[in-house]
Amino acid sequence: MPTPPSDSRDAGVPLIFELGRRGRANRYLEEGKPLDAFLPRPVLRDELPLPDNSELDVVRHYTKLSQRTFGIDLGFYPLGSCTMKYNPRVNDAIVAVPAFAQLHPFTPDDLAQGALMVMYELERSLSSLFGMAAFSLNPSAGAHAELGALLIAKKYFKERGETLRDKVIVPDTAHGTNPASAAMCGFSVISLPSDERGRVGVAEIRKVLGPDTAVCMMTNPNTLGLFEESIAEIAAAVHEVGGLMYYDGANANAIMGYTRPGDMGFDLMHLNTHKTFTIPHGGGGAGHGPLGVAAHLTEYLPTPVVTREDSMLRLDFDRPKSIGPMRSFWSNFAHAARALAYLYANGAEGLKRVSALAVLNANYVRVKVAEFLETPYAEPCRHEFVASAQTLKREHGVRALDLAKALLDHGYMAPTIYFPLIVPECLMIEPTETESKETLDAFVAALRSIVETAKRDPEALFAAPLTTVVGRVDETRAARQPDLRWRPSAEGAATRIP
Amino acid sequence: MYAPHTERDVASMLETIGVESLDALLRVPDAIALKRKLDIVPALPEYLIARRFENLAAKNAGAEYRSFLGGGAYRHYAPPAIAALAMRGEFLTAYTPYQAEVSQGYLQAIYEWQTYIGLLTGMEIANASVYDGATALAEAAIMALGATQRQKLLVSRAIHPNYRAVLRTYCDGLDVAIEEIPLTASGTSDLDWLAQADLGGYAAVAVQSPNFFGCVDALSPEAAQAIATSGAVPIAVVAEALSLAALAPPGAWGAQLVAGEAQSFGVPVAFGGPYAGFIASAKEHMRRIPGRLVGKTVDASGRTAYVLTLQAREQHIRRERATSNICTNQAHCALIATIYLALMGETGLRNAAALNLARSRELASAVANVPGVRLTYDAPFFNEFVADVGRPASSVLEELQDRGILGGIDLGRFYPELDTCILMTATELTTSGDIEALAAALREVLRAHAAV
Amino acid sequence: MAQPEDLLFSKEHEWVKLDGDTATIGITDYAQNALGDIVYVELPKVGATIKQFSPVGVIESVKAVSDLFTPLSGEVLAINDALENDPAAVNREPYGGGWLLKLRVADPNEAKTLLPPADYEKIATE
Repeated sequence: MPTPPSDSRDAGVPLIFELGRRGRANRYLEEGKPLDAFLPRPVLRDELPLPDNSELDVVRHYTKLSQRTFGIDLGFYPLGSCTMKYNPRVNDAIVAVPAFAQLHPFTPDDLAQGALMVMYELERSLSSLFGMAAFSLNPSAGAHAELGALLIAKKYFKERGETLRDKVIVPDTAHGTNPASAAMCGFSVISLPSDERGRVGVAEIRKVLGPDTAVCMMTNPNTLGLFEESIAEIAAAVHEVGGLMYYDGANANAIMGYTRPGDMGFDLMHLNTHKTFTIPHGGGGAGHGPLGVAAHLTEYLPTPVVTREDSMLRLDFDRPKSIGPMRSFWSNFAHAARALAYLYANGAEGLKRVSALAVLNANYVRVKVAEFLETPYAEPCRHEFVASAQTLKREHGVRALDLAKALLDHGYMAPTIYFPLIVPECLMIEPTETESKETLDAFVAALRSIVETAKRDPEALFAAPLTTVVGRVDETRAARQPDLRWRPSAEGAATRIP
Repeated sequence: MYAPHTERDVASMLETIGVESLDALLRVPDAIALKRKLDIVPALPEYLIARRFENLAAKNAGAEYRSFLGGGAYRHYAPPAIAALAMRGEFLTAYTPYQAEVSQGYLQAIYEWQTYIGLLTGMEIANASVYDGATALAEAAIMALGATQRQKLLVSRAIHPNYRAVLRTYCDGLDVAIEEIPLTASGTSDLDWLAQADLGGYAAVAVQSPNFFGCVDALSPEAAQAIATSGAVPIAVVAEALSLAALAPPGAWGAQLVAGEAQSFGVPVAFGGPYAGFIASAKEHMRRIPGRLVGKTVDASGRTAYVLTLQAREQHIRRERATSNICTNQAHCALIATIYLALMGETGLRNAAALNLARSRELASAVANVPGVRLTYDAPFFNEFVADVGRPASSVLEELQDRGILGGIDLGRFYPELDTCILMTATELTTSGDIEALAAALREVLRAHAAV
Repeated sequence: MAQPEDLLFSKEHEWVKLDGDTATIGITDYAQNALGDIVYVELPKVGATIKQFSPVGVIESVKAVSDLFTPLSGEVLAINDALENDPAAVNREPYGGGWLLKLRVADPNEAKTLLPPADYEKIATE
């Protein structure tokens, strides 16, 4: 194994469990009586091997860990399909106030009118923005809303006596969550090949439509960043056989103010407010996945929904046709509030401009990248596009993975790689609208120099990244010998350190 | 608008692309083009957005009342150091750590979270979090359905009603039947009934401890063994994670899966979310765990490194055959919980649990001394309990509300036979003043009723 | 690489070694190479009855999953337990220590639907 230069790498950060001394407690609370003053011994636990650390040591530990983590705040994050745009700080400030943060979910409606108004305004705005009759703010993430939508479809067909509808049609460019959600509702999945232009063809979809069609799930623009122009015809064909159209809203940030899923013919949709708007992704969650439906499906929405009677808002749980609740409590409320703040920051005209500039940035990077990398679909894209390292791999042995790792050395997050599955050696690039032309130019220049290196000296890329705290990680070992947690030594954690 | 483009930028970029206008770039077929005016909230400058939300916040008077609400969401003390660390931009604005080399910090924090949950529950492994406690139960049940290839579940009636409702939602999709373990007069799951029951055919048997009534409600090792012998998976539900600092962990009695909610560890109640659910598991179910898992490995030169692992379970690879459709986890809430646990340590966490036990007992005896009130159950409890006020709970709670007090949860909402009962919670933040105020108000309300 | 001469093959890249009414089954060198580093193998239970060309298990590499189809019907007599701790054996010795399962063959005629080495070679090198 070649040893990378040692100056850029450190010895690592010990685990929190390897620090501390027993009894080094922080005095956050007064001292209580021992536990066995209150509960019988047999129901109590014997040991609790957690480390005791001073606040300063904890602050240093997690500050160090933050410094070993790349976020949007540190640099350009062109992770296709994930919409890593700037997260305005005002959104975090408004939800941190005690009147929101300390509001208990079982607070009676009349004492939580402000929170309910947040939900109500967001729901009404989303319905108009996307052309749906109503939204539920219940699902916790996009995939969760997909599941909710398919549960609605299942119940809808069951009540209509159409129990033979057990097929869900999913294009081969779809997010993996689509087929996985379908399977969780007992539907079987038909994968639909896209045509040479990267779209779903009306003739192609007609071949698989029939009396067993339940739902057709589509993203528009699709995951190649291409707009499905035949969407209205596809929707009509699906409706003709009695099926429902589902809009995967992962890419809804590309259409705001220009068209709406409702106008395209969709009956159900989800939105990832953490993508379309600006909710911090937080290392992979929490998300927020509003679920929208057309008028004939509103009764099936998850409970509760916010209703308005005169000036009074309330949570309505009494909805006999509902599929029921999907989570412990009403909504990822703090995220709903962030999403609403973002709507206030933009208004209708601003949101239209958000979509326009997201598409502008993607196309700008696309034409620049096309000068030195293949772009399999050479036409204007929407908010993201795919490039391919197929030729580089064939001629120089350099894969998309190598380009991605080399970008890390230039201070950029790598694009999404190897997705969609239909493009070999795929790099999926989504710049978002919050990046400036200068940032995009610098990124393109970095990628160009990496591709030049790939042709001249491919070996140089195989060791990348060289400037990160660790080099390429052994994923095979991680999967073959799973080590998923630290374990205390025989003497126990806190006592082990003298 | 948070875009940096000047008009000159836009013009020059359009020229590079070779398109005349933004609208040309975004054109859609006329039949679906948006032609109407959108009815959404108006654009405001930032200071007015802040003011709008201040006005809305002022309408949440409930946040300032003396509160005895719990039932799956708990107000505990959260040291300010948590927010100072968790709100750092590196953590806040990262995504799922697909590129391990630039995500070592977050990956290590999640590995620490998995360890904390493993240690607290007494289980081998834990995932990187799921949406919340209710979905953790649903996902754990799905794991059991897959492991056993059976189609029905047995769950205690003392499991949080919202959790059971969510389980029903999920099970409707899978055509799975749910049956319930009845309650004893002490407020616990009827283990005698369970011992007599024919367990054949169940994929899982689930109980919650402390249960929805606050009562310690764990299975005995023998009962768990009998469930396992019947081929079903014993599942433990934990809705108040702080109880794990005091009570024998589910791993000790033989749970194979633990589905829980970590909101108590520093995550604000925030009118319902986001929170952090977790699934902890015995090793045998490792490959069925949904969601992300972080593993420890090495880099190319042998340094310790962390990485997302066992990804072949997940939807982006396995698609319709994945163990779950979960993609998002609750990483940021899990990070908050991890920092909370690091700050509290064993000593602090045990002490917080002891204070919850003390305050809830102080509350229980104060309430029990009010004429007309009796404690419904006699099983040992953690930080909440059921008080029977002898009158419709909903109207008593309304009258307490008029006196500035949120007295608890009306159990009639979930259990029709308990419509005179209130679930009351006290944590380390409940003061003696709160307790005296509630007792006095309750005395007044019930006296007025008695006089009528 | 040439295929071992004493084996039969399926189009799904499994091999079969027949010994009386017992069949030993594995995946081919081509298949292990295409999958990459194998990290986990899920096999049917001993005693299970399985049907020709139906999915009976799963082979996982770091970033891919593929179904294991049985090339013959029969009752599972044994599975290769060693793979639980050493799935890499499938990569190292696909025709030896990396075998997957042994079957009691239900219908010897099914073997006629399988490919001889030369025919499989053509598929694998396409």
